[in-house]
Amino acid sequence: MSAPTAQDAPTPDAATSGPARREDLEGVALGQLDDLESESVHIFREVVGELERPVLLFSGGKDSIVMLHLAVKAFWPAPVPFPLLHVDTGHNFPEVLAHRDATVERLGLRLLVASVQDAIDAGTVRERPDGTRNPLQTVPLLEAIEAGRFDAVFGGGRRDEEKARAKERVFSLRDEFGQWDPRRQRPELWGLYNGRHRPGEHVRVFPLSNWTEMDVWLYIEREGIDLPAIYYAHEREVFLRDGMWLTPGGWGGPRPGEGLQTRQVRYRTVGDMSCTGAVESGAATVADVIAEVAASRLTERGATRADDRLSEAAMEDRKREGYF
Amino acid sequence: MPTTTAVPHPRTGPHGAPRSAQAAVARGRDLLRLATAGSVDDGKSTLVGRLLHDTRSVLADQLAAVERVSAERGLAATDLALLTDGLRAEREQGITIDVAYRYFATDRRAFVLADTPGHVQYTRNMVTGASTAELAVVLLDARKGVLEQTRRHLSVAALLRVPHVVLAVNKMDLVGDDEGVFRAHAAQVDALAAELGLPDVTAIPLSALRGDNVVERSAAMPWYAGPTLLEHLEAVPVERDPRLEPFRFPVQHVVRPQTPEFPDYRGYAGRVESGGVAVGDTVVVQPAGRTTTVVGIDTYDGPLQRAFAPRSVTLRLADEIDVSRGDLLAAADAPATVTQDLVGTVCWVGDTPAAPRRRVLVRTGTRTVRGVLRSLDERLDVTTLVREPSPATLELNAIGRVTLRLAEPVAVDPYAQLRHGGAFLLVDEADGMTLAAGMVGDPLAVRGGAAAGGRA
Repeated sequence: MSAPTAQDAPTPDAATSGPARREDLEGVALGQLDDLESESVHIFREVVGELERPVLLFSGGKDSIVMLHLAVKAFWPAPVPFPLLHVDTGHNFPEVLAHRDATVERLGLRLLVASVQDAIDAGTVRERPDGTRNPLQTVPLLEAIEAGRFDAVFGGGRRDEEKARAKERVFSLRDEFGQWDPRRQRPELWGLYNGRHRPGEHVRVFPLSNWTEMDVWLYIEREGIDLPAIYYAHEREVFLRDGMWLTPGGWGGPRPGEGLQTRQVRYRTVGDMSCTGAVESGAATVADVIAEVAASRLTERGATRADDRLSEAAMEDRKREGYF
Repeated sequence: MPTTTAVPHPRTGPHGAPRSAQAAVARGRDLLRLATAGSVDDGKSTLVGRLLHDTRSVLADQLAAVERVSAERGLAATDLALLTDGLRAEREQGITIDVAYRYFATDRRAFVLADTPGHVQYTRNMVTGASTAELAVVLLDARKGVLEQTRRHLSVAALLRVPHVVLAVNKMDLVGDDEGVFRAHAAQVDALAAELGLPDVTAIPLSALRGDNVVERSAAMPWYAGPTLLEHLEAVPVERDPRLEPFRFPVQHVVRPQTPEFPDYRGYAGRVESGGVAVGDTVVVQPAGRTTTVVGIDTYDGPLQRAFAPRSVTLRLADEIDVSRGDLLAAADAPATVTQDLVGTVCWVGDTPAAPRRRVLVRTGTRTVRGVLRSLDERLDVTTLVREPSPATLELNAIGRVTLRLAEPVAVDPYAQLRHGGAFLLVDEADGMTLAAGMVGDPLAVRGGAAAGGRA
């Protein structure tokens, strides 16, 4: 308030010298995670205020789980006012699907599933020789957006992930074919998001734009957010292909010569089983994972791929670039 | 399954991993949003690459790719500028996407860096990057000193009221690390800053190529006793004190659960954009003008007694009055100005130029109203600061003062006093494109202000 109570009264120093000292702002200034949380909550509310039919892409991966947690916070005590959409490749980890369904049940939300298998059966997409279905998700996604007449689609993408994403907007305009045209993107000024669009177009919205991988983990720790168990270290039968530890499954592995071994692993990202590799890890808790993420950045400093674990993480990051 | 109720939040589940506080990661840091301005020629990409590299924010595969390309091009050392190289789509289409966002962190602070290309035609990019920045890094080539573009970058920082500016005097290695050269440039910029009313400009001599005074201290410039760039970014006191600002709260959304648990709940969701609010405060609903009392500040994590900018909360009010998206809740004893005639400074970002009588949508806070450009009053040359009266048009990247007539009133503040309260957009009603970034009043004409300490 402009008329502060005695308890709130600024120190004479702060009142006269402009910028406040950090210690004077104890209990007033927001920390980094509160700052990011408030920004994401603001974005969710802007979309619901400005657009007619939002939907949230929910895979059961950590970023979409954090995104949904923020959506719950944005509208509480009212329920989340939009449905969830999952593009199911048919090769998802069963633990992740179970977690997805439990989350939907717990929050009383509506889940729509767009199926890659259905699209293959219908002939709108064709199975690839390498068996991976990640690139095949685009067609069922766009069909689901069109069928649901959704004009705002929340995604869990972060700008720290890779080059193209670094230039993505929070509100990203897509044409009637779902395409991103860099020349038609709008400057984003002061957090005054402009979601206006023509009929048939839609807006992709990225509430986690300014979060990094580390921020997501620190927030998971702080909020006590429940993740699928495969994000933490566990014993698993895996086989090595292209430098990645893959899980055997009906999608096409292992091939002859790719021997199964039992390793202690965890998943850093969760996607299609055919191309999501596990990393060898003993990180069994959130704090362990945070320490691991911090340490892997330290070793990256030297840019020498000295150990196998690091190169696996790097390989995984490239795989993710293909995914997005 | 139908949407029914929000269920209270279990803090841990079957797979919830136990917490522990042993990781060597700073959990108490704050967030600084900054923007860089400068062209490739100033070594901006090298500087940004150096900041990312020396703060260990680069993944191993990114660095390996940069090393590979550097070697292919026959370079003796890794060119860190390649870390911020453009997209293939940009090269193919001959365009530049306005702002790229970079992330790095230290134990004390996390940084969101808006990396803006600084060529003549890209005033729009700088305005975009500066609009959310608390600090701007303006690059200057030590061999060339203050150029037209330096003046332009400083003017835009002043116009957008970016509270802190760092003048990065780069390429000191190419002037023999000479203190006299640095002091001369810094003095010239100090004079410019006083003219523009920039309250805080810190000059730092550095070499992004060698990494001197970016993160690591320079051995080649022993005469420089000040902080390195990163030390300054970590230490600069950028937190504004919201207790010194009037309360502003644009209503985003009315929360009405209508669930068995909350049958009669009615709350107003939004973000405190400036100032703070406490339970019991009297607020005014603008533009309508009715006053009421705040009886609750709700969040998912429990009720608060007070909340300060920029926290997102939900407010409950004492009276059942008509409040909806687009309304502004403001301190009753320090309200915003309600008007249908808006005089503001705009940076035109649309492809079709501004002309008198053009119809537009005007967006302030969460409110959008129809308006018409009544007159173009002035064009401002941000290089020379010369003002040309009554221009016929304002084209892409032009900055000027305009008068708008609105179909309905809005509640606004002078941008020079409250950045968010005085910011607006002009939008094309036909295709929805953003036409202009607007600032209520004439921010450049107001020298100094509270933070400037009477420099006017």
